[in-house]
Amino acid sequence: MTYIAKPKFHHPGLKKNELGYTHRDYEGKISTLCAGCGHDSITASIIEACYELSIEPHRVAKISGIGCSSKTPDYFLGNSHGFNSVHGRMPSVLTGANLANRDLIYLGVSGDGDSASIGFGQFAHSIRRGVNMTYIVENNGVYGLTKGQFSATADRGSKSKKGVMNTDNAIDLVAIALQLGASFVARSFSGDKSQLVPLIAAAIRHKGAAFIDVISPCIAFNNHAGSTKSFDYVREHNDAVNRLDVLTGRDPITVEYAPGTVQVVEQHDGTRLALRKIDADYDANDRLAAMTFLQKHAAKGQVVTGLLYVDPDAEDLHAHLETVETPLNKLEAKDLCPGSAALEKINASLR
Amino acid sequence: MKPTDISAPDYFHKVVDCQWACPAHTPVPEYIRLIAEGRYSDAYMINWQSNVFPGILGRTCDRPCEPACRRGRVEETPVAICRLKRVAADFKDDVKHRMPKPLAKNGKRIALVGGGPASLAVARDLAPLGYHCTVFDSDPKAGGMMRSQIPKFRLPDTVIDEETGYILNLGVEFKGGHRVDSLKKLLGENYDAIFIGSGAPRGRELDLPGRKEATANVHIGIEWLASVSFGHVEKIGRRVIVLGGGNTAMDCCRTARRLGGEDVKVIVRSGFEEMKASPWEKEDALHEDIPILNYMVPIAFKHVNGKLIGVTFQKVKAEYDAKGRRNLVPSGEPDQTIPCDDVLVAVGQENAFPWIERDCGIEFDKWNMPQVDPKTFASTNPKVFFGGDAAFGPKNIIWAVAHGHDAALSIHKMLSGEDINERPLPEVHVSSQKMGIHEWSYDNDVSGDKRYKVPHRDKVIALKDIKTEVELGYDVKLALGEAQRCLNCDVQTVFSAPACIECDACVDICPMDCITFTENGEEEDLRQRLKAPSPHHDQALYVAEGLKTGRVMVKDEDVCLHCGLCAERCPTGAWDMQKYLIDMTLAGSTCQTKARSAA
Repeated sequence: MTYIAKPKFHHPGLKKNELGYTHRDYEGKISTLCAGCGHDSITASIIEACYELSIEPHRVAKISGIGCSSKTPDYFLGNSHGFNSVHGRMPSVLTGANLANRDLIYLGVSGDGDSASIGFGQFAHSIRRGVNMTYIVENNGVYGLTKGQFSATADRGSKSKKGVMNTDNAIDLVAIALQLGASFVARSFSGDKSQLVPLIAAAIRHKGAAFIDVISPCIAFNNHAGSTKSFDYVREHNDAVNRLDVLTGRDPITVEYAPGTVQVVEQHDGTRLALRKIDADYDANDRLAAMTFLQKHAAKGQVVTGLLYVDPDAEDLHAHLETVETPLNKLEAKDLCPGSAALEKINASLR
Repeated sequence: MKPTDISAPDYFHKVVDCQWACPAHTPVPEYIRLIAEGRYSDAYMINWQSNVFPGILGRTCDRPCEPACRRGRVEETPVAICRLKRVAADFKDDVKHRMPKPLAKNGKRIALVGGGPASLAVARDLAPLGYHCTVFDSDPKAGGMMRSQIPKFRLPDTVIDEETGYILNLGVEFKGGHRVDSLKKLLGENYDAIFIGSGAPRGRELDLPGRKEATANVHIGIEWLASVSFGHVEKIGRRVIVLGGGNTAMDCCRTARRLGGEDVKVIVRSGFEEMKASPWEKEDALHEDIPILNYMVPIAFKHVNGKLIGVTFQKVKAEYDAKGRRNLVPSGEPDQTIPCDDVLVAVGQENAFPWIERDCGIEFDKWNMPQVDPKTFASTNPKVFFGGDAAFGPKNIIWAVAHGHDAALSIHKMLSGEDINERPLPEVHVSSQKMGIHEWSYDNDVSGDKRYKVPHRDKVIALKDIKTEVELGYDVKLALGEAQRCLNCDVQTVFSAPACIECDACVDICPMDCITFTENGEEEDLRQRLKAPSPHHDQALYVAEGLKTGRVMVKDEDVCLHCGLCAERCPTGAWDMQKYLIDMTLAGSTCQTKARSAA
């Protein structure tokens, strides 16, 4: 780790967003992860996405579990709310927070151990319920904090740093998320910020359960030949189906796209997602096709990345439960206690 | 863009902006680190080697390094490089034993005309090699304009005595009070080489109506300063006007304040901003209650029967033509006469070579300046070299020193039978500063402190005595704080593409957004595509190719803090922090024709 604080000086030409902040204003403390960790690039991408969206830091709640990945919320959005929960329990804590205050932006940060092993059930239920959140898994295929044992997302047949073969089948969190009804599903790679940053921005703007699986090489224990989560392997086998431009505001689309190469998806809040197709036949609105596509390419050893599925009209848990619009902390006694007349009415209806 | 050749000595030299800007190329960050460590004598000797007069320059240098300092592009003000130099001089131990021991005399004799910084720099470089150097000066003591023109309240005699002494003690013969009035005669004395460092000794005249009549109270600035310096002048009238806007004018007005001038004004033709004086010298003058009036052109000296009573000025304003050139045109306001008792004319200096006969092989140009080669400082007479103000007109001490080094090298090469036009390349040392996983042999934690002010003596006391130094210099604590502001620009970021795995760690950590991995392109295009676009073409882009993805690494050198975080966060050691030291070639550097040393 680095012992000095990152200098406060910044480039004199840095651009400011609508709030007058530079991207440096969205940083947190200096990372204590190993040098070169993919997670640090994801941290930088989250910073960039929040800067580009001109998000007010105090409108964000970042919630994590345990693991290298779950340490990262300390390294971005230093002025946001945060909760570092028990191992694997990020989804439940996030769900609870979200139900209590729907006005915040929920950023769940987890890892492959936290979400695919100890917290697998928690992950499944938060997706299944459609909690309005951005759920990012920083997926490196190993338990880095305990020195590199295979995690549940390690591919069968991939080798550990010591040369041991993994004989268990891998959990593909993207496939599971699709099956469980996530309304925004993407996969990306920490080494490709031009793909990752817009995906995070789009996910933040998505209403519903947005899930992003980010392959994030573990420099210390999983970046060798034989690994399927190394920089080299992912770069060689990366099969991006599309590239994304996130368009906020009402301005017409100014970028020129060749006809037939772009699919524009408008989300609830007016955000338009311009999907530049790389695979001409890929339709990001078709859940079933996405699942098939994913399985077929996985069988060939390819890592499918991009925005794989989006349902722009999704509803979230609050809509399903018909909860009150106002965050609980803003409800007054008079809102919570409707009075004896109302009680009489209820009692009468039950007689 | 083509990949950067970091083995070219100039590439990393330019990154050390201060050193690159210094005419003598003093290794600034190196000596500042030594000051921070409390190794003042070592810091002094590095300076002495390079700029010969650390104590003098630490008080009087024109500081071309400071406007160049990277810190000035990162926050408001550069590092106080000049005053840190003084710290090295103030706090050093006795350094006499560290001075070079001259070799046995080699039988070659060099005459040096003028005892100022240029000649003394030549003598400093040549005497240790065994040359017999004889310095001639019309003044009794060595120092030239440093002694005669710079007021003692800025530069005490003790400092001049000490630093000229180090040179004269190298076995240099000093003939004080000896004015050379014929070059022909000097040539006849069979010196092996002659160096002319006689300065620009003539103050420019201001030939206006009334000048002759009022001459008793109209003084030429540098002559008057010299008279004050040697004690011939001890007072001046109560009301004084100083004409001119350069550093000499600032010295004149501040000196006048100490000799009885109570109402002293500086009056300049141009605007305040365009004045030639250094900003800090203007500040010091204003601080001593000397107003500076601008856009006023003197047109006549007013006198009554030869007794000066004032100066009449025409009011002007600046107008810019289509090419952006400035013209001063009358503003239409009525002329103004400002009453005064004395006038000091400081409107420039000129060279004067009445003592050089025009038939001794030295060609002069149409401005009556000798033809001097800007690289070798040779004149058209192969035995005669020029340097300092005598070569190219008035500049500053640090330029005179730089000229002296180059001229000494030429003289040494000529007298060794070598081609003086062949200039050996400097020697470059590059070494990794890595001490441990995240430890460096330099302090990479960037200080956020603002520039520290140099303490001044109380104005009331300072104005009472012309010999009392105004600036007190930094104390040890202030010096340490200021030294910590240095960004260590000589500790270079060195990139090795084959080791890079393109993990982006350096890109993410860089506080200044200096590093970009992208597709290669033409420079103009590339500059726009950087993480922080860079319009500053004078600052290099460091381009490296050979990455697995076929992209290039581009580092914009412009505002790099040299904090080393890129190297700390690099998992493969593709980035390293390496200290770059460059030894400028001086006369008698160990080997005569040094090959270029790879970085």
